[in-house]
Amino acid sequence: MPELSGIGIGRGIAAGPVARMSPPPPAPADEASELSPEAETDRVKEALSEVAGELEERGRAVGGTARDVLEAQAMMAQDPSLADAVQTRLQAGKTGEFAVHEAFAEFRATLEQLGGYLGERAADLSDVAQRVIASLRGLPAPGVPDPGHPFILVAEDLAPADTALLDLDKVQALVTIQGGPTSHTAILAREKSITAIVGVADAAELTEDEQIIVDSVAGIVYTQPSAEQIRDAQARRTAREEEAAAPLTPGTLADGTAVPLLANLGSASSTDQAVELGAEGVGLFRTEFLFLSADEAPSVEEQREAYQKVLQAFPGQKVVVRALDAGADKPLSFLNDQPEENPALGLRGLRALMANEQILKDQLTALAQAQENTEADVWVMAPMVSTVEEAEEFTALAKQHGLQIAGVMVEVPSIALMADELMSRTDFASIGTNDLTQYTMAADRLLGSVASLQDPWHPAVLRLIRQVGAAGIASAKPVGVCGEAAADPLLAVVLVGLGVNTLSMSPAALADVRAELKLHTLEQARSIAAAALTAATAAQARESALSVAQQS
Amino acid sequence: MSSTRTVTVASSQGLHARPAKLFVEAAQAAGAEVTIAKGEKSVNAASILGVLSLGVDKGDEVLLTAEGENEEQTLDSLETFLKTDHDEAS
Repeated sequence: MPELSGIGIGRGIAAGPVARMSPPPPAPADEASELSPEAETDRVKEALSEVAGELEERGRAVGGTARDVLEAQAMMAQDPSLADAVQTRLQAGKTGEFAVHEAFAEFRATLEQLGGYLGERAADLSDVAQRVIASLRGLPAPGVPDPGHPFILVAEDLAPADTALLDLDKVQALVTIQGGPTSHTAILAREKSITAIVGVADAAELTEDEQIIVDSVAGIVYTQPSAEQIRDAQARRTAREEEAAAPLTPGTLADGTAVPLLANLGSASSTDQAVELGAEGVGLFRTEFLFLSADEAPSVEEQREAYQKVLQAFPGQKVVVRALDAGADKPLSFLNDQPEENPALGLRGLRALMANEQILKDQLTALAQAQENTEADVWVMAPMVSTVEEAEEFTALAKQHGLQIAGVMVEVPSIALMADELMSRTDFASIGTNDLTQYTMAADRLLGSVASLQDPWHPAVLRLIRQVGAAGIASAKPVGVCGEAAADPLLAVVLVGLGVNTLSMSPAALADVRAELKLHTLEQARSIAAAALTAATAAQARESALSVAQQS
Repeated sequence: MSSTRTVTVASSQGLHARPAKLFVEAAQAAGAEVTIAKGEKSVNAASILGVLSLGVDKGDEVLLTAEGENEEQTLDSLETFLKTDHDEAS
């Protein structure tokens, strides 16, 4: 049975028929038509009524408020004013494609000018225009398909808007041709627990309605599966669902070694979900939300209230609060909004806080007060630390303000390399793998053209993590990871093998990581990590780790 | 010959979204040619894009003009439609 390989996201498995997502047709050129205006008129009429019919049919199938939207779109396709505008262009000798393109664009501009609700309808109109143009050219309708039954979506890659609109009752799995482990699609798939394999170059060959199995643990798409293989896949899917529904247990390895699983939170409102999914505390509480939309720093009182809301949800559990992480890369008028050539390398994170010490002092005061009023075990840490002196200063300041446990984030290679010296001057380290990868690979994490370098599996990144893990073991101080890497189940095992004690991730990833950890002992985790460390590339590191993991 | 009528729109969403769609459907079903005007702008009432582009809000006055068969009857039914709050009904 032919197999197509890619990078599996999460631990899901799914079987089903392929539905392909078609890209929007390229905009037609302004060329003279070779047909008579009458012949073009007939073609356009047919395409418009076909698209209107499809939209109405979809509306009937979907029901609810989506039905109104789809029916309104169908009416747009049949609109008499629009038909007049198209007709004018056809009489001038334009092609049907161009006449539709231009007439719809004219109406779109009118709706956009009106703004608000009508501005949103402008997007609906563009969608109709693209469908009509695709139909005129004999191409499939663009966008996420709706075959009316569960399917496996195969796409070049997904735009954020497409991913957000996916109907998860219908989409059993995602297979993308482009994309890597840290691509937008991969991150969203992990967040929403969608079974996915990205970067499957050969997926271009998959045909509509073909039955396939998507095994994200192995990172393989199986084509032409046998009945037995389909039964096996369905059994594994059911087993995984039962696993997810089972009572939540703390994170542990197969030999009982505890690996507390914590949540990354960006606001007080997401605490409930984290508790429900079994987070054993919070490994990264980002405090930026309080500051980013403000014109001036929030008061001690406002901050205390917001911190208390989070701390109350985790009585007796650890909550690691990160001091404000903003500055050059996330400009704030009251912190640092000076334009810089290289904001990632500038006055940001702890550097910006040290330059505006009162903001840091207020935050520490508010946090200490919130700690007084709640039962949580509060830890505080500094972002973007690059020297041992910075770590020392921050730790001392936090303690002066009444916080018992203070540590730093390891996101810069310099501090990872100094891990031994660092550990004797602070209480703990938390590795932020996204920034650590950015700085190790010298690749801006927001820049698409260098996105392929932003891979935490790179052995250079893993070696830096090993250095921090070893320093943690030697000093008997905790080392955590709170980055995208911890949400990748196999990489999570590698991290533990490198000496990491706790893993923190977006709550939706907890179940998969919890299940994967249970499959390996600490000894095996170390072997898996060793295999990844000796690889020469990120892809080889992942492959080596996977092959050792499958033996255990 | 044509008949006209001025109507104050009662639908809480004005002629947006669902009410706009229903109004256009009603106008399409009428035997007469109907236009709807707000201020100086007048559009074909059977065109969803035209009706949407008027941006009619609750409380706005619109002028309906019908020409053809059953002019008065068409205006009666469209007036009733515009005076009903379709968002509460749905």
